[in-house]
Amino acid sequence: MSESPIDSLARATPPALAGRIRGLSDRSIAWLFVSPTILLLLAINIFPLIWTIRLSFTNFAANKPNAEVKWVGLRNYERILTDPDIWQTMQATAHFLFWSLFFQVVIGFTLAWLINRKFRGNDFVTTLIVLPMMLSPAVVGNFWTFLYQPQIGLFNYAVEFLTGIPASSFSMLGSVALAPWAIVIVDTWMWTPFVMLICLAGLRSIPDYIYEAAEVDRASKWRQFWTMTIPMVLPFLMLAVLFRGIENFKMFDLVVQLTGGGPGDTTLLTSIELKREAFEKWRTGYSSAYAIILFVTVFGLASIYVKALNKVKER
Amino acid sequence: MKLHYTATASALALALGAASAAKAEDLTLCWAAWDPANALVELSKDFEAQSGVTMHFEFVPWTNFADRMLNELNSGGQLCDLMIGDSQWIGAGAESGHYVKLNDFFDANGISMDDFVPATVTGYSEWPKGTPNYWALPAFGDVVGWTYRKDWFERPELMAEFKETYGRDLAPPATFAELKDIAQFFQGREIDGKTVYGASIYTERGSEGITMGVMDVLYSFGFNYQNPDQPYDMQGFVNSPGAVAGLEFYKELYDCCTPPGMSNAYMGEGIDAYKSGQVAMQMNFAFTWPGFEVDPNVGGGKTGYLVNPAGPDGLQFAQLGGQGISVVSYSEKQDLALEYIKWFAQQEVQQKWWSMGGYSALRSVVEDPGFAASQPYAQTYLDSMAIVKDFWADPSYATLLQDSQKRFHDFVVAGNGTAQEALDGLVEDWTVTFEDDGKL
Amino acid sequence: MSAFSVTEPSARSKGIAAVLVFLYAFITLLPLLWIISTGFKTGPDSISYPPKVIFTPSIEGYVNLFTSRTRINEEDRATLSPPANFAEAIVRERDMVITGPSRFGERFLNSVIIGFGSTFLSIFLGTLAAYAFSRFRVPLKDDLMFFILSTRMMPPIAVAIPIFLMFRSLGLSDTHLGMILLYTGVNISLAVWLLKGFIDEIPREYEEAALIDGYTRFQAFRKVVLPQAATGIASTAIFCLIFAWNEYAFAVLLTSGTAQTAPPFIPTIIGVGGQDWPAVAAGATIFLLPVMIFTILLRKHLLRGITFGAVRK
Repeated sequence: MSESPIDSLARATPPALAGRIRGLSDRSIAWLFVSPTILLLLAINIFPLIWTIRLSFTNFAANKPNAEVKWVGLRNYERILTDPDIWQTMQATAHFLFWSLFFQVVIGFTLAWLINRKFRGNDFVTTLIVLPMMLSPAVVGNFWTFLYQPQIGLFNYAVEFLTGIPASSFSMLGSVALAPWAIVIVDTWMWTPFVMLICLAGLRSIPDYIYEAAEVDRASKWRQFWTMTIPMVLPFLMLAVLFRGIENFKMFDLVVQLTGGGPGDTTLLTSIELKREAFEKWRTGYSSAYAIILFVTVFGLASIYVKALNKVKER
Repeated sequence: MKLHYTATASALALALGAASAAKAEDLTLCWAAWDPANALVELSKDFEAQSGVTMHFEFVPWTNFADRMLNELNSGGQLCDLMIGDSQWIGAGAESGHYVKLNDFFDANGISMDDFVPATVTGYSEWPKGTPNYWALPAFGDVVGWTYRKDWFERPELMAEFKETYGRDLAPPATFAELKDIAQFFQGREIDGKTVYGASIYTERGSEGITMGVMDVLYSFGFNYQNPDQPYDMQGFVNSPGAVAGLEFYKELYDCCTPPGMSNAYMGEGIDAYKSGQVAMQMNFAFTWPGFEVDPNVGGGKTGYLVNPAGPDGLQFAQLGGQGISVVSYSEKQDLALEYIKWFAQQEVQQKWWSMGGYSALRSVVEDPGFAASQPYAQTYLDSMAIVKDFWADPSYATLLQDSQKRFHDFVVAGNGTAQEALDGLVEDWTVTFEDDGKL
Repeated sequence: MSAFSVTEPSARSKGIAAVLVFLYAFITLLPLLWIISTGFKTGPDSISYPPKVIFTPSIEGYVNLFTSRTRINEEDRATLSPPANFAEAIVRERDMVITGPSRFGERFLNSVIIGFGSTFLSIFLGTLAAYAFSRFRVPLKDDLMFFILSTRMMPPIAVAIPIFLMFRSLGLSDTHLGMILLYTGVNISLAVWLLKGFIDEIPREYEEAALIDGYTRFQAFRKVVLPQAATGIASTAIFCLIFAWNEYAFAVLLTSGTAQTAPPFIPTIIGVGGQDWPAVAAGATIFLLPVMIFTILLRKHLLRGITFGAVRK
């Protein structure tokens, strides 16, 4: 890139304007530079949030613009929190969240630990491994429904090849017992590299002299691993869990393409349920309340977690 | 080569010039992405030639169709001038003002709804149902029926074995009980070195699939949406003993006789399963039938067509599909859109529509003496259209549908609870929705 | 380095690690290889069971991806002139004719317009804000930075409701401008956080020297900081682009005929019956390819990009 777009844009600034900018104080430049971003965030994020809060106290339905909008107070919230189906949805989300994070942490850390042996070609193989997570979850999720097809799908065929269980005897997406694992598998496939990369950064941040000192003290490899490697990598690992946790709580595209929430409501994650309420049943007020509940949950959990993370970092 | 290139370039320039000059003379028609839509593109070329209007098409696959298009209508979008919307949208289309009322236009142009198959007029055009208020012109008649592998049914060794086991001939089923026997007979059988299965049925969760399939069976088992004497009174009708037996039957059929992995199957999956020779019988809408006739695997007389079988008490109904064509009220080209409907309603156009695989709903086409023999499936289509029932067409149909999707999938595929619980739950869900709408 | 180092793993342990990691890489790439190879299968080959690993390549999937077709009956087929090109010939073999181009080209172009448009805007605004946060004393700086980050915690569907209403009343539904603004709003938090990190790393002394030389603040920003931050800006841009490129939830709810991008479109590619898997795979391959290339280009900055600059390598 010979010239950044901003450079050329800056050059295109009319002299009068440039002159005015030139004379500006640092303080005004600071505000001039920051305010467009803040304005945009207010328009795209904060204003909608406030509007959602307002709507959540009404019975508004976006598909009936002519109907009278009534203020219903906390009724939407009450209805959501007392609905047993919501708890089922939350359970499905929790199952997905827990197990996908679990596998990603275990496999991701192991991979990072292996790659950190710095064998020949480790950079190359790292680049290959991270490919899945950069791809479009909707497109990839859609294709996984094909891979999961009994008989014609690669996944079932591979299982048959490895274990002898006939490919057509089970259906990953159709069975109540297997579908929750099917989404965990795809998410793990996609996002393990993420955890791996962060762990790798953690492992590489440990200076060699620490191990050298331990070696002088004749600490066993096992002991070194638990008393030095793990504690040093932990803040990194926790950060990875935070990012994945937030993302998976919001999970929509991948799972909606894979199962659409089925079979029954087995994999109905909160975001999918929210989309159904808001854009298929068009209960705008009700789903706004749902959205607020979700947001408060993510925000609350994330804040608690960040506090814990900071404590670990301080140690 | 070079010459060719210049020619293309100038053609492109011409086309661009023409497009900008005739900008007002564009029409966009929205429909589902499926075979009939491709035929309509071809058919519409005549309209383009006659009127000089350029037609644009927006086709969305079935599983996203309602979602996308209702979203479009609800956001007051101007994408579609003409909408071939699903039959159940008519209530919302009329009450929320998405569609233009067509009565005056029909009167002014001598289009009479008496000229169309009655079931399609009720199903696709009227709102409220049973009143002469028309919001669409019947465009594509469709109904759920069954296809079966005639070539397999005619194999002597299979016929003999079937007779021995069941004490009757292996023949197209007349009742659902027979259908299940046959499905069981074929399930897991080796035919030409391949394992085959009994039947493919609708189980799709996301849009409307499993509801269309379950309802198709439930009607013949004695299911009714409401008390005929008291609208929205559903207790004892939706969850009548017959309806419960019907839902149990559907689950048994799903458990015993479908190919593996058909847990989220709708029209497309059914077509695939049938064409690839996996199943002996297939539940699907009639629109799929022309495609089977020309298919290298199942075409050329290998496929038979079957009206939806009867229930235990001899009741026999079928789930209505199909759509009417409406003018979108947000369109700025309503006059032009009406021109299109006027053209489309003509007898010759409808005749050509049928010949291209479009199921015309015009009586003069389908009641023509030569119609029944014109295609192997023509008679089955006619017989099926005579016994149709449709899902709620209320403005809140999408909510009602989501409820039934959830209840049916939860029981049939996921295996949670009992059929009685599923239908009792459905009555509750639907009651809440009608209460929210102020109808109860 | 000495001949023997306590921290250097032995050749054997290196070997075992390499075998395991390469094995994992192979397994993890199988689905991708399967997508790419399915794109070159014929319809029947793609759904054959057991799955075909070895097959005769065909570009039918790519032809189907870019065209819309209709089936014609035998009599009409007899009247047709011979196929004009290879695509027509392939389609004819399936008893169909090409009726025109498909929507894939448009959708791909929309992805390009919206992706690059929002990336440019995010980078433009983000660089300014990041510079200000990095160099000036902005009141409530930490709070503002956290506020910017927290906007990423909302589930997209949750904000989609009011955005849907807002766009409807402003006429932004299903427009390129609307989607560009929306994606910029989502991306800008990433852009600010990443760029601030990159600009923090540029020593202030450079600018101070320039200021002493008589440059104004703005000139110093333009002539000193920007060239130094070019690599950072480029990699931030690619991250923003990848997000906008892959985004699905907003796209599926807010776009339809005009501004729809490829991710909501590709899963809806259907053939005569159900999904036309070779065409879906072909579309996926074309769509995923740019991101794969970017990933390889980005490998140095990958970590920083995906963690909002929280982890630097």
